[in-house]
Amino acid sequence: MDDVLSLKQKNAKIVKVLVLVVIGMFGFGYALVPLYDVLCDLTGINGKAKSLATEEIPYKVDMARDINIELVTSLNESTPMRFHAETKQLKVHPGEYHTVYFYGQNQTDKILEARAIPSFTPSIAAEYFHKVVCFCLNQQTFKPNESKRMAMRFAVKPDLPKELKTITLSYTFFDNTKSAIQN
Amino acid sequence: MSAIVAEHDEHHDHDDHGPAKGILRWIITTNHKDIGTLYLIFALAMFFVGGVMALIIRAELFQPGLSFVEPQFFNSMTTMHALVMIFGGVMPAFVGLANWMIPLMIGAPDMALPRMNNMSFWMLVAGVVLLSSTLFMEGGAPAAGWTMYPPLVLQTGKALPFAIFSVHLLGISSIMGAINIIATIFNMRAPGMTLMRMPMFVWTWVITAFLLIAVMPVFAGAVTMLLTDKFFETSFFDAAGGGDPVLYQHIFWFFGHPEVYILILPTFGIASTIIPVFSRKPLFGYSSMVYATAAIAFLSFIVWAHHMFTVGMPLAGELYFMYSTMIIAVPTAVKVFNWTATMWKGAMTFETPMLFSISFVVLFTMGGFTGLMMAIAPSDLQYHDTYFIVAHFHYVLVPSAVFMIMAAAYYWLPKWTGNMYNEKIGQLHFWLSAVSVNILFFPQHFLGLAGMPRRIPDYAVQFTDWNMISSIGGFIFGFSQLLFLYIVVDTIRGGTGEKVTNEVWEGALQYGGGMTQGLEWTLPSPPPYHTFGEAPEVVVIEYEH
Repeated sequence: MDDVLSLKQKNAKIVKVLVLVVIGMFGFGYALVPLYDVLCDLTGINGKAKSLATEEIPYKVDMARDINIELVTSLNESTPMRFHAETKQLKVHPGEYHTVYFYGQNQTDKILEARAIPSFTPSIAAEYFHKVVCFCLNQQTFKPNESKRMAMRFAVKPDLPKELKTITLSYTFFDNTKSAIQN
Repeated sequence: MSAIVAEHDEHHDHDDHGPAKGILRWIITTNHKDIGTLYLIFALAMFFVGGVMALIIRAELFQPGLSFVEPQFFNSMTTMHALVMIFGGVMPAFVGLANWMIPLMIGAPDMALPRMNNMSFWMLVAGVVLLSSTLFMEGGAPAAGWTMYPPLVLQTGKALPFAIFSVHLLGISSIMGAINIIATIFNMRAPGMTLMRMPMFVWTWVITAFLLIAVMPVFAGAVTMLLTDKFFETSFFDAAGGGDPVLYQHIFWFFGHPEVYILILPTFGIASTIIPVFSRKPLFGYSSMVYATAAIAFLSFIVWAHHMFTVGMPLAGELYFMYSTMIIAVPTAVKVFNWTATMWKGAMTFETPMLFSISFVVLFTMGGFTGLMMAIAPSDLQYHDTYFIVAHFHYVLVPSAVFMIMAAAYYWLPKWTGNMYNEKIGQLHFWLSAVSVNILFFPQHFLGLAGMPRRIPDYAVQFTDWNMISSIGGFIFGFSQLLFLYIVVDTIRGGTGEKVTNEVWEGALQYGGGMTQGLEWTLPSPPPYHTFGEAPEVVVIEYEH
């Protein structure tokens, strides 16, 4: 009988350890969420812009280089808006400040809460894109059928890697009205 | 059942009884052989359910245009075919084989946790029933692909929470199965059955079980995040709330890549068991097989993003995932060379299990090479989400995992039932399957390279010819499997009438266990309901060098 008992104990022990591993791995799945953000933050590899507007720092303008900036706009799923960039493309010198405008219109007769999410291609460019003013930093509230002209002021940092000649910046407007009301 | 009664006079300290009577036997059973049988029959049933879905897909793709089904339903079919085949077919078939064979191979009286064993089987049934029920729901079954990428998957209708809960159930079921298998292998080996003497099937399964325990909870977490994103206002994958849909792909493939090895490692174990027996030679390079399996399992955790080369990773990431993926070819090649070397100058015979095993070695290698092609990040941009990937993963699943499950069934059916299957029909089944599986999947390489995307119900006309050929192969393959069903039923009901010996196959005792005599071949065919009440003697085989 000793043998039987010790087998039971051995089984109980191994099950305990393995169940802990299972719980740990379930937690690890969730831990990947902040880990992913931290990793992307450190390396800037997913094209996410830092959502902080900082004050205007005077840069030394590099007149020798022309950087092509492309502005792309899109709407997510069912966001009931009209949204486009007034300037779709412009050439800038690194270090120079420019202001571009976007046009957004609420297509419904209800209040619309929407948020624009930026994304850079190539993703590495996110680190060298200095925004001073941006409509994407806050949730935008549109009154029924209201249209807005929204500004974004930026400079490309002069230490932008030499091989980068075109930066595509895309904004997608997400409809947050539902969650905004519930909160 | 008479054999079971006849063995009743064997002495046991406890549990000295046969199975319960009637249908209740199968519901309340805690016997590893009964549960193994349940798993295998369930997997066979799901193989046909998933197969019907595949035939619906191939019928629709026979010619361009929408012929039979709505696009939404077509997408449901591709999604459900994958989920049913992976979680209802291949994985349960392996668990069934593990239940039947691991205790017999290591000389244990049963699994370590027999009640949990019963529970994990019935939870699997519940999970698959729940999943199938989504076919009848408003908005249809999940149609966003088995990978369930957000935001697309969040547009699923009423079916989404049901599909997610069914994934939870299937996950819990396979985690419990894995815990049981590890406990059995670690605690219940007969004296003398050291780790480095275990049969390769046992080795590959213990490594698979660790993979399951490590990644199924991560998958459960990922789908739970989908659930809370949809219903509880979290924003794990919702960019508007600060989340990132690409994060889902990372978490999913952190699970998904080890998962594809969960589907293939036991296959390697079966091949390493069958090939030596029919070559009448010991397995070449036993320990290198063990280490190669462990190496593949380890590498599976660090290569996941090769499934998402097109997602916009930085160059350094693409290079890392490209090279680390290519390294996997090394331990895999060790295995392929070992199988080949095992056959080299062997006294080979070509019974059905061996035919399936040889075709596995050849066709799996082809699937492996297309995998290498796609590991090359710059060219993967061309292959990504085309029929090329469909051809690749079907080569490593159908003529590999599925063929070896069938080889295992042919190999052990005489042991399980005491009856011999009809070798002629078995060989007919093999040749029909082996030829048609290539007619079915080989043209898909061409389609993919020519640019035909996967998961579409309609296609450009220039793809018509190869799609027709592929569909014809699909229907021949599908209907050939009815022969397998016939053989299984026929063998259970008496087969050829030839009484099989304990050893069944000449050389099985000597070569079927790897480093020791194959313990399952020391038992009568069929084995009594309870076996190895007392630990058997493990006979180590001394090989001349």
